[in-house]
Amino acid sequence: MSNRSLRLTVAAAAVLALGACTGPPAADAPAGAATGTATDTASTADEGLSGTLTVFAAASLTDVFTTLGEQFEQQHPQVDVQFSFAGSSALAAQLTQGAPADLFAAADETQMARVQEAGLVEDPKGFAANRLMLAVPPANPAGLRPPEGQPGLPSLAEVLTSDVTLAVCAEEVPCGAAAAEVLAAAGQPATPDTYEEDVRAVLTKVELGEVDAGLVYVSDVAAAGDGVVAFAFREGEQAVNRYEAAVLTAAPNPAAARAFSELVRSDAGQAALGAAGFPPA
Amino acid sequence: MSRRRRDGGVPAPLLVPALLAVAFLVLPLAGLVVRAPWSQIGPQLASPGVGQALRLSLVSATLATAVSLLLGVPLAWVLARSTLRGRSVLRALVTVPLVLPPVVGGVALFLVLGRQGIVGRWLFEATGFSLPFTTAAVVVAETFVAMPFLVISVEGALRAADARFEDAAATLGADRWTTFRRVTLPLVAPGVAAGAVLCWARALGEFGATITFAGNFPGTTQTMPLAVYLALQRDPEAAIVLSLVLLAVSLATLLLLRGRWLGRTVSA
Repeated sequence: MSNRSLRLTVAAAAVLALGACTGPPAADAPAGAATGTATDTASTADEGLSGTLTVFAAASLTDVFTTLGEQFEQQHPQVDVQFSFAGSSALAAQLTQGAPADLFAAADETQMARVQEAGLVEDPKGFAANRLMLAVPPANPAGLRPPEGQPGLPSLAEVLTSDVTLAVCAEEVPCGAAAAEVLAAAGQPATPDTYEEDVRAVLTKVELGEVDAGLVYVSDVAAAGDGVVAFAFREGEQAVNRYEAAVLTAAPNPAAARAFSELVRSDAGQAALGAAGFPPA
Repeated sequence: MSRRRRDGGVPAPLLVPALLAVAFLVLPLAGLVVRAPWSQIGPQLASPGVGQALRLSLVSATLATAVSLLLGVPLAWVLARSTLRGRSVLRALVTVPLVLPPVVGGVALFLVLGRQGIVGRWLFEATGFSLPFTTAAVVVAETFVAMPFLVISVEGALRAADARFEDAAATLGADRWTTFRRVTLPLVAPGVAAGAVLCWARALGEFGATITFAGNFPGTTQTMPLAVYLALQRDPEAAIVLSLVLLAVSLATLLLLRGRWLGRTVSA
């Protein structure tokens, strides 16, 4: 239940973030900046990092980045880490509209390239990969399962039947681009019934049992725990997303952003990502 | 009549904030118009998805308004006229959707009307029908969010209406239903119309409950606000064009309705 309510919060945050493209984040910035200047002089140890660190991160990173953020705050007590989790493309759109952030972590290279082309970031670094799995509710109402006694991974076409209620991400977001790719590679075994705004919305619908199946990331399956049952499939191996992080050139707190980016790529960060189900980059 | 001021003068303490309010409300709109990629309007309008989303938006908002009228006007009467105990609690409860974040509203609808929901499960088992991800779900989500606007508006009109007309009708032998139909309803018609317009506008712009409860599928559940949201992620200019289309259609509809419907009932 706590997982679910967290996810609801995320969904709500995503919608709030939509409204926020033009307004609220700007209101946060001066406050953060003020904290920065107030504590800059007071900070002593740990490389003098202080102030607010604003991280825009893909929805699929919600759990692992929240954990890493708490670690980071423990290591740097002067720093207050603020996350904005949403679909990578929504975040990219907000950034190109001038949303103030220090670090952007995107779920694929396409969205990072958009922000890079706008001249907002330099030198993005890969830190994780992800691939899709077919998640079904624990009760498995459509009775989907791969054929037995077959070596290797099944094709998506062997698991999905055409009459299932299927949720996927909208093609505008990275997981939707990957979903379209795997469905095409499997010869369109089923037609999606809904194109969700981000991967966590797909996961919520599977967990609520309102769809028979959803295409979500391996890491989301790990995050959902007992909330879903998932099957890997062959086409998923071909459509692998590469996650990238980059410090914004206009970051109010670039030092903290670099430190967080290093934490994510450090052994500890990679271990946390691995534990959250992300295959190594 | 002669007492009305002819110069139409507005006292400065009212004029200045009123002008600020106009600027605040209209400037963002002007921003959309100024930044709109006018050369793209033609191709955007020609793309089949836009017409589909616009049609779906208009149909579902209109249906949601019809349902709201059917259920909301009686509810407003109960809130304004009946001597039911606990009316103020009831009023607070039915206006909850006004303050509830629509996404939460969408999830709440799932918990009741979804195929695993309290009511929806029973419906699904009996008939195999599942409401989410259908156009009906769009109407349900929009009605949930928009009906309170109508209820509040009609209740206000009922409270402001002179109850002595109803008393007179009663003394002339009309029963309560006849009084409601022949006296009360015509009396509050402008309030009902204003509430319906408000409700329709809210339903037309509904996003959160719709994308949560009804999902997003072109032609079935993808209304204009959903199309705009997703376009914004890929191509902000296309999103501006879509928004302008929605704005133009809704403004035209509202102006037409106000002129004809509200105007006539007020002057009658």
